Amino acid sequence: MLDDARLSDIASSEASLRRFLHGLPGVDQTGAEARAAALATRSIKTTAKQYAIDLAISMIDLTTLEGQDTPGKVRALCAKALRPDPSDRTVPRVAAVCVYPDLVATAKEALGPNSPVKVASVATGFPSGRTSLAVKEADTREAVAAGADEVDMVIDRGAFLAGRYGEVFDEIVAVKQAAGDAHLKVILETGELATYDNVRRASWLAMLAGGDFIKTSTGKVAPAATLPVTLVMLEAVRDFREATGRQIGVKPAGGIRTSKDAIKYLVLVNETVGDDWLDPDWFRLGASSLLNDLLMQRQKIATGRYAGPDYFTLD
Amino acid sequence: MAERLAVKKTYKLYVGGKFPRSESGRSYEVTDAKGGLLANAAWASRKDARDAVVAARKALPGWSGATAYNRGQVLYRVAEVMEGRHAQFVNEVAAGEGLARGKASALVDEAIDRWVWYAGWADKIAQVVGSSNPVAGPYFDFSVPEPTGVVAVLAPQRSSLLGLVSVLAPVIVGGNTAVLLASADRPLPAITLSEVLATSDVPGGVVNILTGTLADTAPILAAHMDVNAVDLTGAAGDAEQARELELAAADNLKRVVRAPEAEPDWIAEPGLERITAYLEIKTVWHPVGV
Repeated sequence: MLDDARLSDIASSEASLRRFLHGLPGVDQTGAEARAAALATRSIKTTAKQYAIDLAISMIDLTTLEGQDTPGKVRALCAKALRPDPSDRTVPRVAAVCVYPDLVATAKEALGPNSPVKVASVATGFPSGRTSLAVKEADTREAVAAGADEVDMVIDRGAFLAGRYGEVFDEIVAVKQAAGDAHLKVILETGELATYDNVRRASWLAMLAGGDFIKTSTGKVAPAATLPVTLVMLEAVRDFREATGRQIGVKPAGGIRTSKDAIKYLVLVNETVGDDWLDPDWFRLGASSLLNDLLMQRQKIATGRYAGPDYFTLD
Repeated sequence: MAERLAVKKTYKLYVGGKFPRSESGRSYEVTDAKGGLLANAAWASRKDARDAVVAARKALPGWSGATAYNRGQVLYRVAEVMEGRHAQFVNEVAAGEGLARGKASALVDEAIDRWVWYAGWADKIAQVVGSSNPVAGPYFDFSVPEPTGVVAVLAPQRSSLLGLVSVLAPVIVGGNTAVLLASADRPLPAITLSEVLATSDVPGGVVNILTGTLADTAPILAAHMDVNAVDLTGAAGDAEQARELELAAADNLKRVVRAPEAEPDWIAEPGLERITAYLEIKTVWHPVGV
């Protein structure tokens, strides 16, 4: 059990942090991949599939993170977030929209006051995270001031891979402070972390430093989210809750495009951490094109005929 | 010396440029005209049809975006490769349709010639059905044909090669991509044609060939919202089935080529109707003199 005294002890110095992170058990790579692959073969059909599709829709962070984003595009995205399928009122809303900081105000306005759909903003020099701490803090404060409910920060992978864990830790703490009441999601960018052991260490580091969510990727680096990486992260949040009593959310992002993919993630969550996490408050899917595929599957179930993308919005 | 063991061919589907088995794992017996076993063909399921539509949709931008000249060259190349498989086609047509070799050979010749004839239209059809239109205003006004999109084709049940070519070639010559359901009882020439297509320069997914029964996949294709047109020729002679397929196709206003009362005589000279059936005319008004 890690109580508060023990936690502050771990964080007290670079050396103790390193000792703790390197003391975590290693990840069995073959085992993790085989486990994820085995769970991916689960067949989810009929009513279970219907439930899974609606759950997945309600967990989406509907994302647009392009240099070419415009206020108009963000407004359209917000309309879609509130009412994913205008022809069907029974479709649940998505969890949040995710945009760059300069478009947070636009999104906030489009969603209206007290919207059930949250606004998430990437910050801290997204996607590379290669700016000074002062810039990262200012970036975060601006996003929150503009109305962001959630902040998706990136960690400094250069520092992490060089072993400067203390620096990464302090940065997350500082950004958490700058974010205030906003929920903090910490992007590990697992595609750059090279090993599952690193993913496990980065997950623990982010959780120790106070992140509310750990997120796989920016979506700008391949590979983005994968099932085995998400499995390792889910195990980390499970173990963290056992050790500290605090529950942390998980968000795979990038490369999740089909309903089949999304359902595989839900199976993974259910089998690894149980249904405590099968809730938009604790599990999110960072995606954009996934939503249309889920809507098409939903329509297929409702009408019996295969749906086509011509009948859903372009985004 | 020991007798050599026969190396038997596995007859498979053709989807997205690959030769998968049916997702269902099922197959069915294909017999010759006298009832002797010819092959075990893959029995396509609705999920195979779904996959084929996905492959056809994926191939559409590339194929419809290729220049008409390039499409013509590719299609001509198909005819060249068909010529190399002449003997195999003759065997399959003769066995399946119960014809003498001479008669079957003449049909194969005709089928290859038909393919070449359609290939020639690739870069000519726009001149024939397109136009520049005289309008009363300061506009340069012109109309050009564009492909309809993904076309589901129910191939004729009786004419297994000439009929097949006569319904498939006009679909793809205009820049559409096709999901073709081969004749249920005589699918072998269609399977061989898929091998021809795979070894010509036709991009994977432009033509997808399913084998199996009409009842399994035709209703799925007719109702599919991502299919833009459907050719019901393969349902010729079954008015009730054709009617149901037309009803299913009405949901997304598909182009429908209706099933004839009886399968037509494919030897007859074709017109342009089958090409234009899958073309949409786009008219552009371009301001001039302003």
